[in-house]
Amino acid sequence: MNLDFSDDQKFLKEEARKFLEKEKTLSRNRSVLESNTSIDEELWNKIVELGWTGIRIPEEYNGLGLGHLELCVIAEELGRFLAPVPFSSSVYLFTEAIINFANDDMKQNILPKLVTGEIVGTLAVTEAFMAPSHENITLTCKDGLLNGKKIAVPDAEIATHVIVVAKTTQGTSLQLVEMSSDGISMEYQENIDESRGHYSITFNNVKSELIGDEVGGWDIYESIVSQAAVLFSYEQIGGSQAALDMAINYAQERYAFGRPIGSFQAIKHKLADMYIALTLAKSNCYYAAWALSTNSSDLPTASATARVSSTKAFQLCSKENIQTHGGNGFTWEYDCHMFYRRSKLLSLNIGSLSNWKEKLVTSLEQSNIN
Amino acid sequence: MDFNDTTEQAEFRKTCREWLEKNANYKDESSKGDSFANKDLLQEAKAWQKKKYDAGWAMLHWPKEFGGIGATPIERIIWGNEESKFDVPRGIFEIGLGMCGPVMMQYASDEQKERYLPPMAEGKEIWCQLFSEPSAGSDVAGLRSKAIQDGDKWIVNGQKVWTSGAHFSDYGILVVRHDPDLEKHKGLTFFFVDMKSPGIEVKPIKQITGGSSFNEVYFTDVEIPDSQRLGEIGDGWKVAITTLMNERLAVGDAGGPDVDDAFKWAKTQDSHGEPILNNKAARESIADWYCETKGLKNTKLRTMSALSKGDTPGPEASITKIVSANKLQDIGNFGIDSLDMAGMLKTDNQEIKSFQNAWLGAPGMRIAGGTDEILRNIIAERVLGLPQDPRADKGLAYKDIPSGNS
Repeated sequence: MNLDFSDDQKFLKEEARKFLEKEKTLSRNRSVLESNTSIDEELWNKIVELGWTGIRIPEEYNGLGLGHLELCVIAEELGRFLAPVPFSSSVYLFTEAIINFANDDMKQNILPKLVTGEIVGTLAVTEAFMAPSHENITLTCKDGLLNGKKIAVPDAEIATHVIVVAKTTQGTSLQLVEMSSDGISMEYQENIDESRGHYSITFNNVKSELIGDEVGGWDIYESIVSQAAVLFSYEQIGGSQAALDMAINYAQERYAFGRPIGSFQAIKHKLADMYIALTLAKSNCYYAAWALSTNSSDLPTASATARVSSTKAFQLCSKENIQTHGGNGFTWEYDCHMFYRRSKLLSLNIGSLSNWKEKLVTSLEQSNIN
Repeated sequence: MDFNDTTEQAEFRKTCREWLEKNANYKDESSKGDSFANKDLLQEAKAWQKKKYDAGWAMLHWPKEFGGIGATPIERIIWGNEESKFDVPRGIFEIGLGMCGPVMMQYASDEQKERYLPPMAEGKEIWCQLFSEPSAGSDVAGLRSKAIQDGDKWIVNGQKVWTSGAHFSDYGILVVRHDPDLEKHKGLTFFFVDMKSPGIEVKPIKQITGGSSFNEVYFTDVEIPDSQRLGEIGDGWKVAITTLMNERLAVGDAGGPDVDDAFKWAKTQDSHGEPILNNKAARESIADWYCETKGLKNTKLRTMSALSKGDTPGPEASITKIVSANKLQDIGNFGIDSLDMAGMLKTDNQEIKSFQNAWLGAPGMRIAGGTDEILRNIIAERVLGLPQDPRADKGLAYKDIPSGNS
């Protein structure tokens, strides 16, 4: 029985944490939030130099050839410090999609450049103010040309490549597009966590390359998302822990009625509930990390379980952290709102809470366990 | 990460399973419940405990001289895992073996250990815990039953309550107040007592469920030899804390229907011409319960991983009861609600019965062994490091502490 990370993985986590702390990542997040940019390129370049973008990329493509567990520990630390970098888009989604579903030529062309940072990727699926599904995708792909519009595409500013979910005559497909292609136009979209940029992208007869087949693109997308959910969950528990720690510190330092507010049961019980939600989420993340790293048949259920519990934990911890801070928590000056914003972004990034609950129950129906 | 036993653990598991297969039957649909309320189980439970004792399984982590085999914590868990797959009665001994045993092991004299521990492990003598009182529940140190020293014995008067199994217990561990002029925590002393002593009267309490697993226990001039004192005079709270710590480990998951039962039920139960499982609200509830059930299970696996490596587990397990008891209440409620008005009716249908019993029994789970509120305080203070509440009774002699009308 060993539901725990190895000593090497724990060491990597510790190093990641020290690095992000030294880089004052949380302050960097505030700077990005308050500036006109939506990425901290300097931090991103340092992350690339550390080799984190190539953790899962096989050594034959100049990557580190490590496993998902190493990626999980990095994700937790990036989540703790709200790193304003396109790591989730480029690594959890784009890189994993290329590793798992691209043909050999594509891998040869793309993977080594993801390691060096020459290529940064993202994924474009949403088109309207509703949840995307294989039934409502309208962006078309005909004869290798894309036409249509995507919205709320994260990190498109720095992305050199994007994987687009498109409608074909036979079904849905995933299409790889270079952002420098003719016919692409992009527009910044104001959003509720501006420490991360979101863009609309319009495609007008844009050349693309097929990933997978012309029919089953949606299933591939679901599979990419199901894996990525484990990594997003790790970011969420990192953020939850940071928000809980902030609330604990404040409850110990802030006095009211002649005593620390943390001595009031109303505050204690709130923080205990945050700890409970976080502990459930964290334990489910461990199991999902195992399922991901071994490609277990239980992965769809395990990742949805981790995703639902982590989304709930981060939403609870970030909102109750504000509440614990009282009026200060509502100010721009305190960091509470940055966790609140990021918890919302991370809860929507690959589909909302109710969508993931639905996925979880569907996977229970499909599995033979019950 | 893996879920495999080490070679030694696998070998140990095999030994456990082989013995269990030879001596018991696997659980199936017809398996009976295992609870304090079921008195018929007593003889059966004693027989099973004796069988385990003779083979060394009864208290396997105890030293050999008291009937154990000196097993490691992880071996104890492996045994527990394996035994839980079999249809055997275990619940009746949990308090004695889980809470009274460790206290006797730590505080009793060598002669007493030799006299009392083996029959406890064997199931020949059953033990109960006499702590709570009508006016001392969450604040158990506020108890008022008193002991007055008289030569080499003590005379005890007062009342205990919520004493599980007192009606069939042979011995009990007891905290009483020896000096009301001292501060609350300082005036307590700890004993063990023969439940057949003259002056002890046990009255079962009828619970919400209609069953009776708890009792009131009255003490009228009960004599206890000083040799049965555990710890020094005035050390009662320290000794009690040892027991309560063990209680928090012993009280784990609430039994009863869980998310898989709710799921199975929702698949077959009709609502407006389709299974309840098609209902969006039902699906969201099932997802939430599944995440909680798995979260607790995976938390347990993390604890086991630490034990397996010889590390001390973190405080994660402190969330278990609070999560499982509330979930039990919600699942019971879900099952009953799904029947609409007919959910009121008693029936022979086992599934419906289990939802109704869960709904009726869950309020007790949320209180026993530390209420939800006390457990949240414990998490906040001991795990998160928040300061204690200022106390209105601090520094006061016990007799001067306001106690309302109770």
